[in-house]
Amino acid sequence: MSAGPEFDRTALDRILAAHQGRSGALIPVLQETQETYGYLPRPALAIIARSLGMPVSRVYGVATFYAQFHLKPRGRHIVRVCLGTACHVRGGERILEQLSASLGVAPGDTTGDLLFTLEKVACLGACGLSPTMMVDQATYGRLTPRAALDVLERYRRGAAEVAT
Amino acid sequence: MTSAHRLTLRDLPAYRTGCEQGYRLQPGQVVILVGLATCGLAAGGADVAAAIREELASRQPEVCAAGRQVEVRSTGCLGLCEQEVLVDVHFAGQPRLTYAHVTPDLARRIVAEHVVGGRPIENRIIGRIEDEDHPYKDQTACAKQVRIVLANCGFIDPERIEHYVARGGYAGLERVLQGLSPAGVIAEVKVSGLRGRGGAGFPTGLKWEFAARAAGDKKYVVCNADEGDPGAFMDRSVLEGDPHAVIEGMLIGAYAIGADEGYIYCRAEYPLAIKRLRVAIEQAEALGLLGRNILGTGFGFELHIKEGAGAFVCGEETALMASIMGLRGTPRPRPPFPANRGLWDKPTNINNVETWANVPRILVRGGAWFAGIGTERSKGTKVFALTGKIRNTGLAEVPMGITLREIVYEIGGGIQNDRQYKAVQIGGPSGGCMPASLLDTPVDYDSLVAAGAMMGSGGMVVVDEGTCMVDLARFFMAFVQSESCGKCPPCRVGTRLMLETLERICAGEGQPGDIDWLVDMGRKIKAFSLCGLGQTAPNPVLTTIQYFRDEYEAHIRDKTCPAGVCPALVSFGVIADKCKGCGRCIKVCPSGAASGKLKEVHSIDAALCIRCGACFEACKFEAIERGQPAAAPAEVAG
Repeated sequence: MSAGPEFDRTALDRILAAHQGRSGALIPVLQETQETYGYLPRPALAIIARSLGMPVSRVYGVATFYAQFHLKPRGRHIVRVCLGTACHVRGGERILEQLSASLGVAPGDTTGDLLFTLEKVACLGACGLSPTMMVDQATYGRLTPRAALDVLERYRRGAAEVAT
Repeated sequence: MTSAHRLTLRDLPAYRTGCEQGYRLQPGQVVILVGLATCGLAAGGADVAAAIREELASRQPEVCAAGRQVEVRSTGCLGLCEQEVLVDVHFAGQPRLTYAHVTPDLARRIVAEHVVGGRPIENRIIGRIEDEDHPYKDQTACAKQVRIVLANCGFIDPERIEHYVARGGYAGLERVLQGLSPAGVIAEVKVSGLRGRGGAGFPTGLKWEFAARAAGDKKYVVCNADEGDPGAFMDRSVLEGDPHAVIEGMLIGAYAIGADEGYIYCRAEYPLAIKRLRVAIEQAEALGLLGRNILGTGFGFELHIKEGAGAFVCGEETALMASIMGLRGTPRPRPPFPANRGLWDKPTNINNVETWANVPRILVRGGAWFAGIGTERSKGTKVFALTGKIRNTGLAEVPMGITLREIVYEIGGGIQNDRQYKAVQIGGPSGGCMPASLLDTPVDYDSLVAAGAMMGSGGMVVVDEGTCMVDLARFFMAFVQSESCGKCPPCRVGTRLMLETLERICAGEGQPGDIDWLVDMGRKIKAFSLCGLGQTAPNPVLTTIQYFRDEYEAHIRDKTCPAGVCPALVSFGVIADKCKGCGRCIKVCPSGAASGKLKEVHSIDAALCIRCGACFEACKFEAIERGQPAAAPAEVAG
């Protein structure tokens, strides 16, 4: 299986070298690969399998088992709307519906301009401030559907500023 | 970082004295504490901290002129999530004063008026702390709390090991290494009566004994920090606010069972907890409290962090171990138990964050002291995460055996907006609901199980009359169905079938017999599932049927949702005589269905309405009417 001409494996090789020989390395390797490439590119799975000495099916099985791993490219900003119990009781679904309508994508999908990926998450653990969501590493609490849209608007404007 | 030299057992007391001096406020010193756990950050804590630092810098001459030495400390969470962002001002020799709902503007005023000017802004202060062991003891919400696990949260800077040591940290390890045998440590933990705080409540001392007795030259200890219950966040709070307590607990456990290596399995959704754990591990290693030849005694323990990858089932111990070994996180049948065959087939002992955090305190103060708190069969305290429609959301640490009523009404302050208590869901997707008739139940492992719920990890989600119990049951079933790992059919297929039935009921398409079918299927899933996920998955459905069967019947027979939640069974309209035209409904409406001119009667466009109920919640004049949807013409004719 060829890795494809467009896949640059330099960074992946560095990750694999750092973990070589350590038992249980598969998940950390996948995590770091995703951190670097933004998702798990197909050629990467084959290279990882060969390097760790396991069948590609095992790598694929692990990559598809955990919610954290993604086999498709993702947006520049990851929006995670919390649908934990506290957020459910305080209207988290409303926030998700509103963002989904505004972005024009279903949960789990990425906008056409690759700016946002919309996801749901079971609990961010900030239940006292529910309903909550996370954009990249920042957590936003005490949201209303309106306030959530305002947060996205700020990121959108931020992106526009960078572009111009 | 610190160029600290490695300590020996003999150096530790002198090192602690130095730490205490640094931690205690010196005359003329002022400490400003900002709560910067995830909840504080979500409420805007980073901006507040920046505003404080800026204001201090710009007033440097005044601060010096007033003869004050000001230190800004970031701390973990005091448990008052509802009040975030919290900023405390502590003058040496005076009680520490707490400001709530602090904005950057208020933060600048606090610096100018209180810290520099010496005049507290009285009307913005919500409490005072005179004794660090009993914060806010004059307030109802805090009077009945006992802080063992959360003792340091909100006081120390979690990224400074000196603070932990100053507050008695690593004294438990010190006692152990000074001359307790492994069997002696296990005996002390047994005397304490500590039971696992992760959910099932297995006696910790006994669990350690199994692992200690298991044959093997290599053993592991593991901390389960995969806090996956939606609605529980006490483990996050401990990891973010007092990470060394968990590390010290694991060191003591490792010594007791003869392990030299350990893992903290922490969910990746907690990036701050992982960061603080890494800092804590580095600092402990630098001081010789972790790693090889700890405190010069020859005892060695190597600790790693493994990030979870988003799978609820990995909270189950055999699935968690599979995940650490880099496999799909699916459980396996027990026996063999992890104590005999765990990580890489070696004896392994797994406890959760809160259990580990109790251990150092038990070793310092003695098992008998711990056993004096709580009830006959449930010793010590439990940290609960109070959320939902309750006034004081946040963390509460209470002695076991306190009643649900005390937690909800005294500590929690009752229901928001003075609405009616309906139930509390305890123990997340594995637990059950407790209706008003069970409010006087003592909260301990056995009483909760007898009521059909379980302690679980300690999430308590309070719901009021505006919550539909069928919808809540559907919510939990949707969660466990999507988190079921798929290995055993009772859980994989059974939860799917139950979910489909619940979805039908919520959509107004329930049929006679559905309730009995749910009960029957629920019992089967419990009986035949491989692991704890499936064995407890039907609990929310079974308890809501047990205590709120009439709501199920209303959905199925009358096609109504009494709480007005299920979108297919509800509609919203404006009551013209009550509407003042204030515009609140228009402001909150996410779909543009509410409209009207200011001071004129508003209206809601049924075609645009997504039946979210935001207008109903927002209206101050009770002018939004919630009713059954207009029936389809065919049904009217029928």
